[in-house]
Amino acid sequence: MIFSIIWMVYRIQTLVSVVKGSDKKVASGSNKVNAILFLVFLVGTGILMFWYSIKEFHNYQLPIASEHGVVTDRLFWVSMAITGVVFLITHVLLFVFPYKYQYSEKRKASFYPDNNKLEVIWTIVPGIVLAGLVISGWMAWSDITAPAPENAHTVEIMGYQFAWEVRYPGKDNVLGDYDYRLITATNSHGIDFSDKNAIDDFPSPVVVIPKGEPVLFKIRARDVLHSVFAPHMRLKMDAVPGMPTRFWFVPTKTTAEMREETGNPEFQYEIACTEICGRGHFSMRKIIEVVEPEAYQKWYAEQKSFIQMNPSLAAGLPSEKKEVAEIQLSEK
Amino acid sequence: MSTASVANHDAAHDHGDHEHHDNFVTKYIFSQDHKMIAKQYLVTGMFWALLGGFLSVLFRLQLGFPEMDMSFLRPLLGGWIDETGHLDPTFYLALVTMHGTIMVFFVLTAGLSGTFSNFLIPLQIGARDMASGFMNMLSYWLFFLSGVIMFISLFLKTGPASGGWVVYPPLSALEQAIPGSGLGMTLWLVAMTLFIASSLMGGINYITTVINLRTKGMSFSKLPLTIWAFFLTAVIGLLSFPVLFAAALLLVFDRSFGTSFYLSDIYIGGEALPNTGGSPVLYQHLFWFLGHPEVYIVLLPALGITSEVIATNSRKPIFGYKAMIVSLLGITVLSFVVWAHHMFVSGMNPFLGSIFMFLTLIIAVPSAVKVFNYLTTLWRGNLIFTPAMLFSIGLVSFFISGGLTGIFLGSSAIDIQLHDTYFVVAHFHLVMGSASFFGMIAGVYHWFPKMFGRMMDAKLGYIHFWITFVGVYMVFFPMHYIGIAGFPRRYYMFTNFDFTNMYTDLNMFVSVAAIITFAAQFIFLFNFFYSMYKGRKATLNPWQSNTLEWTTPLHPGHGNWPGEIPSVYRWPYDYSKPGAEEDFIPQTVPLSATPESNLPHEQELVKVELEIMKEEEEVLVSNEAKH
Repeated sequence: MIFSIIWMVYRIQTLVSVVKGSDKKVASGSNKVNAILFLVFLVGTGILMFWYSIKEFHNYQLPIASEHGVVTDRLFWVSMAITGVVFLITHVLLFVFPYKYQYSEKRKASFYPDNNKLEVIWTIVPGIVLAGLVISGWMAWSDITAPAPENAHTVEIMGYQFAWEVRYPGKDNVLGDYDYRLITATNSHGIDFSDKNAIDDFPSPVVVIPKGEPVLFKIRARDVLHSVFAPHMRLKMDAVPGMPTRFWFVPTKTTAEMREETGNPEFQYEIACTEICGRGHFSMRKIIEVVEPEAYQKWYAEQKSFIQMNPSLAAGLPSEKKEVAEIQLSEK
Repeated sequence: MSTASVANHDAAHDHGDHEHHDNFVTKYIFSQDHKMIAKQYLVTGMFWALLGGFLSVLFRLQLGFPEMDMSFLRPLLGGWIDETGHLDPTFYLALVTMHGTIMVFFVLTAGLSGTFSNFLIPLQIGARDMASGFMNMLSYWLFFLSGVIMFISLFLKTGPASGGWVVYPPLSALEQAIPGSGLGMTLWLVAMTLFIASSLMGGINYITTVINLRTKGMSFSKLPLTIWAFFLTAVIGLLSFPVLFAAALLLVFDRSFGTSFYLSDIYIGGEALPNTGGSPVLYQHLFWFLGHPEVYIVLLPALGITSEVIATNSRKPIFGYKAMIVSLLGITVLSFVVWAHHMFVSGMNPFLGSIFMFLTLIIAVPSAVKVFNYLTTLWRGNLIFTPAMLFSIGLVSFFISGGLTGIFLGSSAIDIQLHDTYFVVAHFHLVMGSASFFGMIAGVYHWFPKMFGRMMDAKLGYIHFWITFVGVYMVFFPMHYIGIAGFPRRYYMFTNFDFTNMYTDLNMFVSVAAIITFAAQFIFLFNFFYSMYKGRKATLNPWQSNTLEWTTPLHPGHGNWPGEIPSVYRWPYDYSKPGAEEDFIPQTVPLSATPESNLPHEQELVKVELEIMKEEEEVLVSNEAKH
């Protein structure tokens, strides 16, 4: 069907062009049409791009909720400004030249094979601009990836097919050891409860973190690669089985504040997975709740540890360890 | 030196005599003629491009119209459409994986390099054929076999490989993780192994041919930029594909023989696996050691083709021929030291990230030089818009658009947010996907007359170009917005998250644009096959080009030139030379024949040239006497 239509149109226009004799010329009338179309394309898509970029700005520019996010977004928009100018200039030239220098039998092209001065200029200028971008980018990167401050609140996030699980270190602020061989239906983290640091560790259905204080995500995976992506925090780090990773940051707005800012009373910070991990890759959602530091302390103190929730986890431990666990149980 | 080359010619003559004995099988199937092998690569590449494009239409339907009832696809996809008429999420992943694999390797590596390196290297350097015609044939048939195996994997009950085209373990290593990692992945690995062998054979041939079989006078400084690009592409492939082979081999060990190169501490399907000590990041390093150079394996031939097409149709020498070569060399070297910019947030040492950020942004410099040189070539030219020229201008546009977004992604701090979002999808589809695809199409339009002795229809070419050019931008430009908004790649649908629960209209628009663009390719297919048999008869040099291939007969036989291979006396870009009568001077015209247009330094060379020609004459005469 498509073919027969194309074929019909094609035959007709071939016959017409043979009659006109235009198939013998070096450049037919189509040359002019194509030259004009480049200009039309330049203007048309240019307008479309500016219109849509401005109209949609509030949609695609997600509000920033972390300290380093401000820095990376500034870098992003500085790069956008620089590359935007280059983009416009080169495209104006690329599409205006075809119009201006379209074929004419009367004219001959300039024989202009090289100009070392020009070459040097446009090697060095991009070099300098890029050096500027690299250095500012590198400084930001070193700050972001520097070791977390000592007072950072630690949260462990573990990815598996297809969800995230969260563990807090408890009162001692130290996460207990884990071993993937200890994973069972009741101990999904594989926590080694013979480590005394593990005894007060507690889980949470949402990631709760305090505003304005450094938070350290310790990230790991149980089966395949995953990647923790918190878009509003400008945070992303792969979760790798066998190799724990980390990312620290300082959240700057509580969930409540963000609800006010966005005018969306149901706003939630989210974590998504950005490393292909299988069938449910598109549904690994976890909620982050950013609260004021006082509220965080209060919430933290109220949480029940793994062992408190399920005393059977402590079963089979050596007696002195068991005692510690029992003391903890009796405290509450 | 001159004796050796004459002896070479003689050998080739004997070879040329054999062509009369060609039967159907040796001429069209197991052909050792580089031109036929090139056509085989081209047609196979077109088949894969159609299939790869069709797969993308399928998943674009899912992304643009997630609620759509796809029951009408059941005759084709069978069980992959569930009872409610929706696409299976696992099969969605299989679709994106196969789309990527097919497009990157089968279309833009084999289809592009395979076609044009094979077709143009002997014709443009003045050789009878490739250094080893037999190995060349073997290269094609290994590629064909690899394709057959990959094709079969599409029809497996458990589906083809589904872990993304990068097939990162552990996902690709464990059948429990995704069904495609079973037999589908095994076939993927077998197919890729054959493909790597095919690429290496092709590459060795290209390199040897360019180094050894150039005709008299064809020094490296007189090579067309196409050949420079193909040559360096082959070098990159030769050095990087073996590393992919190593990566794949270790993956095979992990999958089948219980080793732990990439696997460690895994609890899946209710059991803890015994593997410890492996590192999934090791695979990523090995993979991207090929994966990044692969980008240039795909792109450089397209840039080479564009250089040739733009110079010819601007009727103007390519601006900065030497700078173009230097930037190609720069890209070649740098392409090996930037791979880890794909891994900024993989958990590798952040210090390594800093190093790779520096190296990555350096590679932007030679790329920028190339763009400026293309622009200056157009400047004050006398531009003829053949379809090939249009596609080349389109390529430069994509190269700019996609290249600039690379500056964002190459900066590790900015990449934290953009990594694995649609911004990346937009970036590489423009700079490597569409740009290389346009280079390939430009090449087909430009060299079709040499391939088949007939012209493709220009008007259909114009329509094809404008729909495709606008279409590609309408598909990939909106993805930047979606990417900045943080939409992750390889998502089956976007309704599970608040932050991605928008832009349904834009996704729908992209899908419609993708379908239209895909449909427009049938115009090209029609034009291609129709013109092959019914197209207008081509003239010997339809674009009035300088390079050697246009000095062959309309239908060159095996051996390319019926008599002596012409010698080369000048660079390939003498267009619109002041003083010359025509606006082009082919490479075979001696400087001594064009005193009116010679530049001062060329006038000096005339003397040397005359001496060499005299010497050559003497050798010929004495040879003649011996016979």
